[in-house]
Amino acid sequence: MTLNTFKNIFFFALCSAISFVGYASEDPGNKDEKEFNAKEMILHHVKDAYGFELIEWNNEPISIPLPVILWTDNGLTAFMSNAFHHDDSGHTIVQKNGGKFVKLHEKIYQLNEGETAIVLDQEHHPTNATKPLNFSITRNVFMMWVSVALILFIFLTAAKSYKKSNDGVPKGIAGFVEPLVLFVRDEIARPMIGEHKYKKYMPYLLTVFFFIWTNNIFGLIPIIDGANVSGNIAFTMTLALVTFIITTIKGNKNYWKHIFWMPGVPVPMKVFLAPIEVIGMFVKPLSLMIRLFANITAGHIIILALMSLIFIFETVWVSPISILFSLFILIIEIIVTAIQAYIFTVLSALYFGMATEEEKHH
Amino acid sequence: MTITGIAALGAGLAAIGAGIGIGKIGGSAMEAMARQPEMHGKIQSSALILAALVEAVSLFGVVVALLQG
Repeated sequence: MTLNTFKNIFFFALCSAISFVGYASEDPGNKDEKEFNAKEMILHHVKDAYGFELIEWNNEPISIPLPVILWTDNGLTAFMSNAFHHDDSGHTIVQKNGGKFVKLHEKIYQLNEGETAIVLDQEHHPTNATKPLNFSITRNVFMMWVSVALILFIFLTAAKSYKKSNDGVPKGIAGFVEPLVLFVRDEIARPMIGEHKYKKYMPYLLTVFFFIWTNNIFGLIPIIDGANVSGNIAFTMTLALVTFIITTIKGNKNYWKHIFWMPGVPVPMKVFLAPIEVIGMFVKPLSLMIRLFANITAGHIIILALMSLIFIFETVWVSPISILFSLFILIIEIIVTAIQAYIFTVLSALYFGMATEEEKHH
Repeated sequence: MTITGIAALGAGLAAIGAGIGIGKIGGSAMEAMARQPEMHGKIQSSALILAALVEAVSLFGVVVALLQG
């Protein structure tokens, strides 16, 4: 890595840190009404949401609305999320398709028949409303589509440039993609799965690597509200589940033998090891899921917590310290985006390799 | 002590565990790289994988603390 690359990274991180200041300042805007609650602000930014909140202007939040799609008793109901007018306390009622909908703590509820206002119990759960089936295009879903579109664009362009050139020399965007693809092939798939079988798993490994990486990077861009896609446990669960399904389907005789009847150990030990190995089979995808989710979410929480120090101490003199620290964390996070994508891919490849390993003759 | 306090304590303990684990891996990896610089790439990638495995256990603790806190 040259000095120039470092300079570019540093400049990018600096710009991000500066825009994070603007981004954190939107929440404590109306201080007269309520005290600044760091935990609330952080959790609000880490969670999924309906629409992108950009900035606050004259105490009026400006945001990009996204469609809310619900499946109710009267069939499909759809409206834009700005129908709630940024209300998250359940007071604004949207009437659509014969149903009354409210938004409470970023969840959409449908009021029961004949009710006119939401009633909350002591734990702030509604008592007279139910949650309809929700297929809304939320912030996370939208950003996921954006990253899918970006990956498709990059790789289709690269593929086209290979088709055009006769000598197979990568040109343009292909020159950027080729080393990464070769890295996944030579550093991840080949050593972990084995020379003869790695080719079948390459499409999945490449997809997972680039999809996680793109989503991680999008999560760090503050202007799009830091959509926390890879810090969403449903997202990581789906990816881990796919790895688990492939491992289970592709598992050969040798793999199942190592789980249920471990060769090379005495019989009482075999009986003792079997349940442990069965649990281990499920813990592996579980740890894949938790690792990605917790790493990315923790990064977001740390940056936002450092920023909220300014509002907790209520003085501008803390800001140099908190900006410098969050800049430092942001630079680390840029490395973490790549490391976490690498770790997820490498462990998936490792599990595939374990599932397809042939019996060794000692 | 409130449940939030205990959760914060648990997160701290998880961080200590991960710190010791990753520190040992990092230290040994550096030593090994110094002894055999030609194995640099292999040692680095296996150290990263091992660090991720250690980290996962402590992240379980952090997630539990987050759910409680």
